[in-house]
Amino acid sequence: MARVKFLCDADRCIECNACVTACKNEHEVPWGINRRRVVTINDGKPGERSVSMACMHCTDAPCAAVCPVSCFYTTADGVVLHSKDLCIGCGYCFYACPFGAPQYPKVGNFGSRGKMDKCTYCAGGPEADSTPAEYAKYGTNRLAEGKLPICAEMCSTKSLLAGDGAIIAEIYKERVMKRGYGSGMWGWKTAYADSPTG
Amino acid sequence: MPSSLSHIRALCAAIGLLFVFAHPAAAQLTFKPTAEAVQEDKLLNALKEGDKITGRISIPDTMASSLIQPAGRDWRDFQRSKLPIIGGVAILGMIVLLAIFLMVRGRIRVDHGFSGTKILRFASFERFTHWLTASCFIVLALSGLNISFGRVLVMPLFGAEAFATMSGWAKIAHDYLAFPFMLGLAIMFLIWIKDNIPGKLDWQWLKQGGGILANGKHPPAKRFNAGQKGIFWIVIIGGVLMSVSGWYLLFPYLPGNVTALQFWTVIHAVVAMLFIAAMLAHIYIGSVGMEGAFDAMGTGEVDLNWAKEHHALWVAEEQAKGRAPSKDGTHAVPAE
Repeated sequence: MARVKFLCDADRCIECNACVTACKNEHEVPWGINRRRVVTINDGKPGERSVSMACMHCTDAPCAAVCPVSCFYTTADGVVLHSKDLCIGCGYCFYACPFGAPQYPKVGNFGSRGKMDKCTYCAGGPEADSTPAEYAKYGTNRLAEGKLPICAEMCSTKSLLAGDGAIIAEIYKERVMKRGYGSGMWGWKTAYADSPTG
Repeated sequence: MPSSLSHIRALCAAIGLLFVFAHPAAAQLTFKPTAEAVQEDKLLNALKEGDKITGRISIPDTMASSLIQPAGRDWRDFQRSKLPIIGGVAILGMIVLLAIFLMVRGRIRVDHGFSGTKILRFASFERFTHWLTASCFIVLALSGLNISFGRVLVMPLFGAEAFATMSGWAKIAHDYLAFPFMLGLAIMFLIWIKDNIPGKLDWQWLKQGGGILANGKHPPAKRFNAGQKGIFWIVIIGGVLMSVSGWYLLFPYLPGNVTALQFWTVIHAVVAMLFIAAMLAHIYIGSVGMEGAFDAMGTGEVDLNWAKEHHALWVAEEQAKGRAPSKDGTHAVPAE
């Protein structure tokens, strides 16, 4: 089975934030929570680049390693998901995550963290696929419908790619060869360092 | 006149040229915005330890401006590899030490036996403060250890769901009991600081090893001996470190910076392990380890012979003030 990944070709990203908006709309993500965000490096300077970042669904995920209640699991496609029934909102995954992916509604004690929310690669959670219970906690399960994540699917410049890691890496390398430059496969070294192809 | 005008024109042209060359735009003409854009590799390589790649974001969450923070891996390594060693050595090491001490030295007895006469050592408010802090500490310590090691030690016993439910309640207990713990800490500091200032006697006490190893040898001490003063200062300093670091974890949006939060969790965890180890020794010597010691925090009244052996100078002071039974054993009314 394919090992799915995200790849943001920053040389194509125009910081339109449509991926962010589409994600929020698709999953009815609550106010204050951003499963995906666009960060602009060297903003306003020559050579600035914008990178759309969400959970990278790491190999040997740090969030899963540090979770005190072991609420994370990796699907056969390599998607890192978690159970909101088990999560206690301690924030450890946020400390360990290299990409700032875990988000928390401020519903805990004294306005602190509630149960964690993050990008699901549009693959829902542990509940049965495409059920109202799954939708309420994790949002739409597009993968179960045979579709890729909405953020990448509607990216107007095709900067954000989702799909089989080997294929999107190949697409990116072809682009770099053709145009002669590329700012890098943002996050890949950090997320998949142990298995560049895995 | 015409010649001076042409001079001015030439000057203006020179100044204008100067602007063209000196203006940063001129330098930018050589910059290739596509080929010389920021590179992830270069940014990652240029990162100093604990640093992160950050940029500008258009959402009002300052923590989201961090794009990649490789330091998360160090934090993970601390949680999964270093903390179990620190905690294991500190806590299990202390338990082993205390067990060896009990086997070698045995229970420290009252050398002259119980006199049957009591002297008030801790008033009710002092005991209330002690037990308020102590009971909070025990729940905080157990729930904290559960967060650090429960997944490995407890979860296999009950299964993921029951463990998560229990851990959820433990987290809530940990969050709320932090406040009475901090209150107890503050009161303890205020009511006991006057008896815990280090002095010359403490040096003598320490040089004689507190008389712990030898039977029947007790260096003189006032209300608190050097060992007890040590516990006081461990509790105060450790408690303040736990409170400050814990405050950031209770209100994680306060620093608005993941690096600061990582730092405070490490401080919180390391101090906690040492604190728990120190408190195990405190609990040991106040209960199993020494005959007659528990009464001080139990009923508040200790046996006069115990007090004379361990706190000779304090007993003399109390007797001089008329707050303690004199040598002939007649009872004095406690000050309260």
